[in-house]
Formats: sequence, C-alpha cells, structure tokens
Amino acid sequence: MAHAIPLLPAGQLQRLKEQGRQPLQFVLNGQPAQALQGDTVLTAVLTQSAQLRSHEFAHTPRAGFCMMGACQDCWVTLGGEQAGRKLRACSTLLQAGMQICTSAEAVAAANATQVQP
Amino acid sequence: MIGSDFYLDDPRPADGPPVIVGAGPAGIRAAQTLLAHGLRPVVIDEAPKAGGQIYRRQPDGFSRSAKDLYGFEAGRASDLHQTFDRLRPQLDYRPETLVWNAQGHSLDLLHTAQRTADSLRWRDLIVATGATDRVLPLPGWTLPGVYTLGGAQVALKYQGCAIGDAVVFAGTGPLLYLVAYQYAKAGGRVLAVLDTAPAVQRYKAAPAMLAQPAVTAKGVYFLSWLMFHDVPVHHGVQLLRAEGADRVQALVWKDAQGAEQRTACSAIGLGYALRPETQLADLLGCAFAFAPLHRCYVPQIDADRRSSVPGVYLAGDGAGIMGADAAEMSGELAALALLQDRGIATDAARQAKLRQQLDKTQQFRQALEVAFPFPEDWAARAPDELVVCRCENITAGELRATAASQPQGDINRIKALCRVGMGRCQGRMCGVAATEILADTLKVPVAQIGRIRGQAPIKPLPLDMTVLPQDQEASHG
Repeated sequence: MAHAIPLLPAGQLQRLKEQGRQPLQFVLNGQPAQALQGDTVLTAVLTQSAQLRSHEFAHTPRAGFCMMGACQDCWVTLGGEQAGRKLRACSTLLQAGMQICTSAEAVAAANATQVQP
Repeated sequence: MIGSDFYLDDPRPADGPPVIVGAGPAGIRAAQTLLAHGLRPVVIDEAPKAGGQIYRRQPDGFSRSAKDLYGFEAGRASDLHQTFDRLRPQLDYRPETLVWNAQGHSLDLLHTAQRTADSLRWRDLIVATGATDRVLPLPGWTLPGVYTLGGAQVALKYQGCAIGDAVVFAGTGPLLYLVAYQYAKAGGRVLAVLDTAPAVQRYKAAPAMLAQPAVTAKGVYFLSWLMFHDVPVHHGVQLLRAEGADRVQALVWKDAQGAEQRTACSAIGLGYALRPETQLADLLGCAFAFAPLHRCYVPQIDADRRSSVPGVYLAGDGAGIMGADAAEMSGELAALALLQDRGIATDAARQAKLRQQLDKTQQFRQALEVAFPFPEDWAARAPDELVVCRCENITAGELRATAASQPQGDINRIKALCRVGMGRCQGRMCGVAATEILADTLKVPVAQIGRIRGQAPIKPLPLDMTVLPQDQEASHG
C-alpha cells in the first residue's frame, strides 16, 4: 500500500509523559471511549481524534488553538442528561461518564435521543 | 479617558481588603507583600491552582518533578508555589473564578466550576492578568494541529502531551527555542525550528543582551542543544501556509535564500512573542498609551505601577511584556505602592531597588526585540484570502476592503463594519494581525489604528449560571 501522504495517527495529540494514570471512561460522539484521570476534555478527545467542533460559519473542523482559555476555539457540546450544554475543553477536566459531541451530526443525534419518550 | 465619569456615581469604598486579580508570579508576590504588611487580600484566579501560565501546575495525580516541568526555572517555580501554599490559609483565595466585568468599584465574578455568579466591591485592586501569545496568522492556521507556542507548552507541562507526533515550531521570540527544546527533551519529534528573525539580528542584540548574561546563556544553551541533537534551525524564513484537508499535513515556507520549502508535519506551534491581557484594565477605565517597544497600546503606569485610576495598580505582563522575573518584582512593587497609598509604612530602599531592577529588565527587553524583531513586512505579504479573525472568519481581503472606506482607520469602527475581533475571543487572537493589516492598507502608523476596546463579558458566560445573593463586601468566602 503506497500512500502519497504519510498516515497520520488517529489522535492529534501525542501522549509523551504521565501515562500511568488511572483510566477514565467517557462517551465520544455516542461511542464508548477511554482517557486518563487528570485529562482535560481537550486532551481526552484529541488523543483519539482531531476535531473538537465544526466552525459555525465555515463548517470546517476546529481543535482548539491557545490551550489557555483565551481563544474560545475549543468549546464542545455535551450529550446525555446535560445535552446541549457547552464547555471549554482546554480548561475543564474530564469526568467519568461525560458525553461529548464534537460534530454537528453528533450534537443532532444527542438532542434527538434526549427528546425520545 | 472615561475614568472620572465612570466612577462618579460609585464612590470608592472606605474599607475592605485589597483585591488581586491573577495568581501568577506577579499576583503571588503582591499577595505575599500585602500579607507581610498585615493586610489579608482577596486573590481571584481563573486557574484551579496558583502559578500562572508560566509556572502552571499539573493536575492532581501527575508525578513529574519541578525540574522536569520548569527546567532552569524549577527553583523559581517551586519557590513561588511553596510561598503561595504556605500563605494560602491567610488569604481569601478564590480559584476557578473569572472576573468578567468591572463596573465602578465592583467586579462581576463567575465561579466557573459551580457556574455561579456574584460581585465583589473593591477599595484597591492589583490587576495581574498576564499575557497570551502574540499571533500572526498564516493561511491554514485554523486547521486542527496548529496551536500557539504557549499552547504547545501548556499541552506538555499541564497534560504530558505533544501537540502532534511530528511538530514544526515557527514564528519568533525566545519561547520558540524554549518550547522546541522542551519537546525534544521530553521525547517529542521536532522536525524544524523556523525563525522569521534573520540570524544577523542576534549579533546586533548581543552587546545589550549581555546585560543579563544568565538569561542570554539559557537562550544560547537551548539553541546549541537543538543543533547538537540535529534539530534543523532556520533563521530569516517567511511562513507561507499550513496545508492539509481536515488537519495539518505540512508547513510551506521560504528559506533565507528565497527558496520555497515544504515540511510534512502533523502539528505546528506558532507564535511571535507575547501580548498583554488588558481587557480588565480597560473596563476599569485605565488610560492607555501606545508603547513602541510592545507595538501596541498598554495601560499607563507610573514607576510604582499605579494606573491612571485611583486605587488600581497594574502588575506583571498585563501592562507590557517584561517576563516572569520582572512580574515578580512588579507584583511586589505594586503591592508596596498600594500600602503606601493606604498610609502604611513601606521600605523605601526596597522600592528603589525594585524600580532599578525593572529598569534594567526594560533595557534587556529592548535587546530581545532586536534579536527577535516583529516581522514588520508581514501585513504587506498577507494574501487576501487569509482568514485573520478565526472566530468570525473574516479575511484580510474583507479587512482591506472595509479599510478603504474608513481612511481614519479606527479599529473599533472597522470592527463594527466587518466584525473583525467581534467574536468570542474579543480580538485576543486576531487583534495584532488586524491592526497590522489596517495600518499597512491605509499607510498609517500602527498607533493610529487604535486598539480593540475591552467589552464585558471578558470571556463567554454560561447561559445557565446562577446569580448568588449579594453580600457586596469583599469579606465573602
């Protein structure tokens, strides 16, 4: 198999240190996922994918920028009981069972599940 | 100048503890100084742990040592952390709290973890809000995988992560080499360091930089270490674009000889030194002046860090970028001025010494600007299709077209017309670039463009926040 472009790993971020922490389960776009205790929501998502949200006007993927709560580029939407709530991924620590949506489709699916009887 | 009218209906409270906003090097030293003189300040900080961005602490459960996290600065970082932890029981410390507005002598607070809001009246206030990266965008900078240099450092320091598995660091400033070194040392793959500053600038700056030999030696050490470990370092480059479909796959740049180069990569750390966080000083009504050294407007301060507003003092990088060591000094100096203004006896010799040390730092800071000059030709080369404002998706071409109808060039008017800087980041990321493009288009000095005015809320508020009953006094908590 020849690739013109080298294959990129699934995750944008690469863990280098502190990998012996306790695992933490959460839900990413409706699928079970695992991260580590002490991960921010940004780290939890971006170590396994390369998108936190889709830009409102350009509809292009975004994955944060400043990592320090200044640029407001990393807001994600929650699903489940908190469906529709938004949080800033770089400055929020992941909690067990959090349901995180990173695409317009996942947000729509989470909202549809929420209004079912 | 809105100062006098702004405070007319809200006379300054006669009592109450001093309030410090920000718990980085400046805020911590300010708190320590006030406590040493018998005052118990309120310390408000957005972060869950004190230390600021530069000495940010990792979450509970992480195990790296201070040496691993802060390198040469481990001693300073540990001293600040330990000082704060020791003093914490005596402080009215409010972590995870955002000051989102200032009205008269009242601050509006959001407690981010609980999503509750209240307000706090102040009699005197030390603003130590720090800095963020100064960014000049390049086409493709909104792609996943492009982060600020400071952001790249936070990912490693706070989370033990690299921003990608094959990283290029680009831009200019001391942070460029420091972060590249930290990544390589932590086992990250650093493909190249691309500095827009021509190599010759370093020699021009050398005599003045030797005024602070220890700091200069660290810079030389990082550069030598990178070269010894075969990390390619290029000076005098132009950054052309980041390429990739849904994420970064390459950085295209021009070398000092003018040849186009393409470096395949999965992440880019980008930055051109730092810019001060001034929104709170602005909402407090502090007078600003253009500072050629910082190439932007900064709040005016006297030699002891008093702002133009009685009772408001400015410490650290928020009043102009001088670095962490200077922030410690200016935090102490601001606290001493506050004490003096309350009629509390202070050590005049200590104040004189701090002023003198800050003057020296100022000279070194000027030398750094020679070594890592701002790329003044950036705006003229920015293509029309470049997205300048990443919140609102406003391009350089739209900015230029708007500027054509606004020959006086006021950025707030242009913001109203084309929405540049109107998004959620309030121009923190695009303000510098927008200013440069407007000045270049209108052929006027950068100072004439003005500055994007601070607006409440300083950062977005959750719609479901609960407003707490007011006790209106700083004694809460």
